[in-house]
Amino acid sequence: MSTESNGKNERLKHINFGGVSRREFLKTTMKAGVVVASSEYMLNPSQSMVQQVAMKSGAEEFVFAYISDSHLLARGKEHRFARALTKAVEDVNAMKPQPDFILYGGDLAQLGLRDEFSLGKEIIAPLKPKLYMMVGEHDWYYDMGEAWKEFFGKPTCSFDHKGVHFVVLNSILVEDYWSEKKMTPMERMLFMAQLDNPRGRPFTVGEEQRKWLKEDLAGVGRGTPVVVFSHSPLYKYYRPWNFWTDDAEEVQALLAPFKSVTVIHGHTHQVLTNKIKNVVFHGMLSTAWPWPYAPEGIPRLTVQMDRADPFNQFDGTGWGTAAVTARGKIDKTYNLWDRNPMVVSYEKLLTVKEQVAGPSY
Amino acid sequence: MGIPYKIFLCFCLCLATLPYAAKAEDSSVDNASNDLRQSREKAVQVVTACDGRKKVIVEGCQEGEAMPEQKARKVAELLMTLMEFCEDEIIAKLPKTGMFIQLSVNGMPYVTVGDTEEIPLILVHGGKAHTEREKKIWAAEMNRMITEGYALFHSPGLGKNGISCDMCHPDASNTHPETYPKYQTQMNKAVLLRDMINWCIENPMEGDKLAEDDQKMKAVEAYIISARAGKKLEPGKH
Repeated sequence: MSTESNGKNERLKHINFGGVSRREFLKTTMKAGVVVASSEYMLNPSQSMVQQVAMKSGAEEFVFAYISDSHLLARGKEHRFARALTKAVEDVNAMKPQPDFILYGGDLAQLGLRDEFSLGKEIIAPLKPKLYMMVGEHDWYYDMGEAWKEFFGKPTCSFDHKGVHFVVLNSILVEDYWSEKKMTPMERMLFMAQLDNPRGRPFTVGEEQRKWLKEDLAGVGRGTPVVVFSHSPLYKYYRPWNFWTDDAEEVQALLAPFKSVTVIHGHTHQVLTNKIKNVVFHGMLSTAWPWPYAPEGIPRLTVQMDRADPFNQFDGTGWGTAAVTARGKIDKTYNLWDRNPMVVSYEKLLTVKEQVAGPSY
Repeated sequence: MGIPYKIFLCFCLCLATLPYAAKAEDSSVDNASNDLRQSREKAVQVVTACDGRKKVIVEGCQEGEAMPEQKARKVAELLMTLMEFCEDEIIAKLPKTGMFIQLSVNGMPYVTVGDTEEIPLILVHGGKAHTEREKKIWAAEMNRMITEGYALFHSPGLGKNGISCDMCHPDASNTHPETYPKYQTQMNKAVLLRDMINWCIENPMEGDKLAEDDQKMKAVEAYIISARAGKKLEPGKH
């Protein structure tokens, strides 16, 4: 075997081959030659970058993936939104190496119905890594989270992984708009499901969860990197579409003492980057459809994704990954289907001085 | 209207706005005759167009006195508009202060308009102001059409798979009605907004397309156009 192919095998050590053990796989590839494996490797340049970075700096660096905002309707696996989620699940399962875990960013369902959760659970079941679920407003307002909690557990939690403290919040709580109007559960759901609802109420994390967060963070060292998952952006972007969290400043204040904080949020269905003091914010792509950028309030650091081609279902949508660096910072990758991936590295966003113009809507 | 006529018109008006060329005339018009009589007593100047049928009473300005330039331009603009749109006998009053205009057409009671641009509307309406009732009916009818469109746009009824227009187009964003007609490269033909609406109904929404004169189609167009009114137009971008 040549030196060159040995080099390739070095790289292969970092690839997890699902059911097959590494030793078994290496034996097989050595017999068969490494041509197949290396050509596959060449087809994934974005993943190779991640691998190289991981090789350089040791075990504490890791990658996790996200899938978000699938908005499933209870219309079977052939519905376009179900097909899109299936595609994301297949993509994540094809990642080599596999991510340490997967975060589902909320809005698995469109109308909060059990049949939608059931379909969603079935589609995401094949995901190999550990899955953390976050709740979105579309999951919540039909029965105020009852079914979602039965399917997926607590909407608020925290966990530690390789020296990083992760928090999952339920940030889609709003004041009661339904009791006085005697809305039916479906009326309440549809009111919330309309993004451009002029009577819509702003999202909040709420006092109770803020108290929980304060207590949760009390035991975390100030130097520990903190990553917060929330469905709504934990800042104020555009109120008329509820790209907004009303008590964002109060949540940011709880995160202020920490050296390295990243918020990763769903809901906005677009490439979105922001930084407020010590907190970096990244959006997640939707698997279902892209939202246009709002007419105002787009954060300065955001490099806008191109306007999606309406004739291509998979344009402007996708899933993504986050690579946690040795310093606890996040390099975020948006895997836009049918486009090149967009990588927003922590280093890169520190160099941005001016608003980056993009397509207007 | 030919250019020679316009030159002639301008010439007439220039003459008319010369303070010394203007003179008060008695009028057979009942309603306005009092004003003309008063004009001799109060500080007013009456400017008459060359057809003798259009008069402007300029308040706060003595007969024979040179008007401030802005006022003289307003008088010229007013007479030009009146000459252009009708053959009727019209008396217009310009108050001493404020920019509104009062009009009496063929002896009808005075009607107040905010600007010369509003005059043609009054004239086609026989010199009568639109009543509040009329305005309310018109606004209600227009809003009914837009509201019907809003409801269709925000419900999955146009399609068959639970998807609605607003899911991709909140506040009708990204629809750009002002850019049609245009060559839609994905369709390989020049299309109108309604063609794109039908494309969305048939494809992402998996429904049956609407006839072009379907009331639902008109309503959806009405909502989109009204929602996007006044938004930035960016040629070549969409």
